[in-house]
Parts: sequence; structure tokens; C-alpha cells
Amino acid sequence: MSTVVLLLFTGLGLGALYFLVAAGLSLIYGLMGVLNFAHGAFLTLGAFTGWEIARRTGSDNWGTFLLSLVIGAAAGAVFAAFTEFVLIRRLYQRHIEQVLVTVGLSLAAVALFDGIWGTDPVFIKGPAWFKDTTEILGARIPNDRFVCIIAAVMVLLALVFFLKKTRYGMIIRAGVENRSMVTALGIDVRKAFTLVFTIGGAAAGLGGVLASHYFGYVSPMLGGSLLIFAFIVTVIGGLGSLTGAAIAAVAVAVLQQFANFYLGGTGDFVVVLALALVLLFRPTGLLGRTS
Amino acid sequence: MSTPADHRATEAPPILRLEGLSASIAGQQVVEDVTFTVPATGITALLGRNGVGKTSTLKAIIGLIDRSGSVELDGERIEKEATFKIIRSGVGYVPEDREVFAKLTVAENLRLAERDAAPRRQLVEDLFPDLLARSAQMAGTLSGGQQQMVSLARALLNTNKILLVDEPTKGLAPKIVGEVAETLAEAARTVPILLVEQNLHVVRQLAEGAVVLSGGRVVHTGRARDFLDDADLIQRHLGVSADAAPAGKPAGNPVEKGAAL
Repeated sequence: MSTVVLLLFTGLGLGALYFLVAAGLSLIYGLMGVLNFAHGAFLTLGAFTGWEIARRTGSDNWGTFLLSLVIGAAAGAVFAAFTEFVLIRRLYQRHIEQVLVTVGLSLAAVALFDGIWGTDPVFIKGPAWFKDTTEILGARIPNDRFVCIIAAVMVLLALVFFLKKTRYGMIIRAGVENRSMVTALGIDVRKAFTLVFTIGGAAAGLGGVLASHYFGYVSPMLGGSLLIFAFIVTVIGGLGSLTGAAIAAVAVAVLQQFANFYLGGTGDFVVVLALALVLLFRPTGLLGRTS
Repeated sequence: MSTPADHRATEAPPILRLEGLSASIAGQQVVEDVTFTVPATGITALLGRNGVGKTSTLKAIIGLIDRSGSVELDGERIEKEATFKIIRSGVGYVPEDREVFAKLTVAENLRLAERDAAPRRQLVEDLFPDLLARSAQMAGTLSGGQQQMVSLARALLNTNKILLVDEPTKGLAPKIVGEVAETLAEAARTVPILLVEQNLHVVRQLAEGAVVLSGGRVVHTGRARDFLDDADLIQRHLGVSADAAPAGKPAGNPVEKGAAL
């Protein structure tokens, strides 16, 4: 029983990280039709920025940890906004070029991070409480899992509030359904594009700081390794669906953890299998658009 | 060849002037060298067989598809402007198939369309009381007729120089067709309308001018009634018999209804 509980919470923690990346990916694709392969770079920049804050201010207290979350999210947001404004804006409706540019940017960003911080992982320490454990039903759960879960839930609630209760949220929801009709109502949808990129970048940057504490290190490849699973989560959840991304993130991560433990380390394979099944039997994903 | 504006040419300059408008979708030409004007009052019908480029012409006017040529709205050239700016300059667009936002509520659909400082909410509530009662309902769960009301209401919330209305009665029950026609007739009291419509009863009921397209080109312009009374023209350009547009008073008389828009 304790193993099941431990796997469950570990999966939830990892699912929280997947969600923080997938939320932005899903909204960006849903609204703009852009498959953003550079999204992992936003996460990595957030992680390195958070690591710099921790290193410079002392990493073992809650104040600096919270500061690193804010600065990491801000770094991801600025990088994402810059990407949309300078690169993507000129390429709407040109999907091949978008893929080439975002793949190129992700490679260039990794090379840049290599140059600045080196190719080896740098290790990070958070508040001492992170490495303590909390016992639940006999399982000793590392506390950093709870931090990831709580942060992801707060981001989900904030995004839901934003999408449901604000005018820009309404524009984004409408744009995900029918972008050209939004412009045909006299709305400059480009502002919503930049905003969605910025929000997605902030979530990824926040996820980067949390991922660095979850895994205990930061490396230039951190974003790329999480991005693969975030894409799977986005497709399974349904492109453009925030709720779908949240459900799929938890499902994928928990499935991965259980398969790794009970099926001889086959977690990644089982996740890809799940993706194939979803694409075969429900191509639009769990909560995706039907057309 | 006369234009729909000719008989009112001395009254006011046209509100919309297209010259040499061509448009393409995915590299395929769908509108070719279209030239016509829309008078500053009344309803002008844009007619033609299925697939001749009527919907594409409306989309090209507001820049939803790639186009070339000249588009002049109230004397101002707008063909280089982005769609949202053209709409903000005073164009109301009611698309084919309604295109309501299915996962937004009726109230949200309407709020999204408000662009004037003082949107005409009361007018919309008076015209479409059913929508008020259904304001919290997801637009995707409405009937086709109710969705058309939402689509029309979105355009009527704002003060416009022209309305572009694309097949508003398509797929609707006869009773709802009458209601939609009434609404358009009322709207036309204060704003000119360029109307794409397959239902020739409705065209006869509402339109003063007619522009007929064939193969992406304008093949006839003039008074709507003159066109509808000519069985040969109807057969040649629309591929239907004159029975599709019988003379006489159709069900409901929209022009007699009171409220002005």
C-alpha cells in the first residue's frame, strides 16, 4: 500500500511539472495553431534563472525560494513574449516555417545555455523542508512533491479564473474555437496571441524552477526532456483544452511511475502506447475540439 | 448596365464601392475582378449559384481572405487594413452558418461583440427577448434559429455603416425565416445591408438592388425586382425557375413593424 501511495504522489508531482509546460503549449496551439518546439527553452531559462537567484541569495530559506519562483516565471514570460513578438508574429498561417523557427530556437537556446552555464548539470538546494518527508498511509513522501502539486493547482485555478472571468480570457476561449470570427468582431487577436505566449512562458518558467528542485539539478537539456512528455500530455488532453491538459498530465505521469515500478522500467514505452491508443480511438484527445 | 445605386445615385454616394476585387483561397481564385457599389440605404442582394464566390466576396471585403483590388467604405480605402480595423471602422458581419462561439454563453457571445462605448443592449434585448432568457446558456446548445439571432445581435449591438449578412435564413424553419427577415428589414431602416441570400422569397421581400455573380464575376446588376421578374435571367444566372421567386406578398411584412434600429 505504501508503495502505491508513494508512486501516486511521485506521479502527481511529476504530473504537476508536465501540466505547467503543457498548459502553455495547449493554449498556444489552441489559439494560434503554433506547435511551439521552443517551449522547453522557456522552462530551462526559468530553471537557470531560479538557480542563479538561489545561488546568489542563499538557497535554504523560503523567501529566496519564492523569489526564485517569481523571477524564474518572469524570465520564462519575457523570453516567450520576445519569441512571439519577434519570430512567431510574422509566421502565422505558415506552419512549416513555424516548426523550423521554433526547433531552431530550441537548439540555439540549448547552445546558449551550454555556453553560459556549461554542459554539466548544476545542483540546487531548496529549503531544508524539501528534503524531509511526510508520512501518508505508511508512505514517506518527499515534501518537494507537495510543493509542485500545490503550485500547479494554484496555476490551474489562476488560469481558469483568468479564462472565465476576464475579457482577455473570453477572447482567448473564443479564439481557440474560431480565431477568424474573433477578428471579424473587431478584436485585435494579436494582443491575445502575445498574452497567451507570455502566460505559457511564465508557467513554463515556474515549472523550470520547480523541476530543478524536483530533480535536484538544472541542465541545458532539462526543458527538452520535459517537453517531449508535455507534448504527449497536450495531445492526449486535447489541443487547446486546459482542463484536458491537467487531466492528461496527471494520468500520464502516474501511469509512467506505475509502469516504471511494476513493469520493469517501461514507463516511457507505456506512455507512448497510451498516446497511440488515444490517437487511434479518440484523435481529438480527451477534451479536444471535434472538428 | 445599370448598378443598384443608379436609381438612387442622386440621393447619396454609395456606402461601399468594390473595384476590380479579386480573392483567392489557398492559391485558388474564388473572386475575379468584381466591381459593384452598394447604396447608402436599403438592402442590396448579392446573388448567384452555389460556389460562385458570394461568401468569398463578403470575406474579401473585410480581409478574411487574401484579396487584391480596391474596397472603399464611405469614401475611405480599406483594402490594406486588417480585418479588425475594417470592422471597427463600421462594418457588421453576420457570417454564413452563424459561427457563434459554441463554448461561450449567449451573454459572452454578445459581450465579445461590443465595440461601441455605448453598445445597444436594450435594442438587442427588445428584438431578441428569447436571448435574454437564455443568456447563461452555452451558444452551442441553441437551435439554429436562436444561433442566428445571436449572430445578428452581435452585429446589431454596434452602430455600423454597413452590414454584411451571409445567408441568414439558411437551414431555418419557415417561421424563423420570417422572423429573421423582419429583423433585417428593421435593421435596414437605419443601416444599409449587403445580403447574400439563396431564398428568393426573402430577396423579393427585402432587397431593392441586386448584384449577380457567376464564376466569380459580376454578370448582372440592377433592381432586385426587375431581376426577379425576369424568368430568363433567373434561369440563366441562378439555375432555378421563376417559381422560386414568385411575385406577391410573402408571409410576414417586415417593413410594417415598428421599432427603428
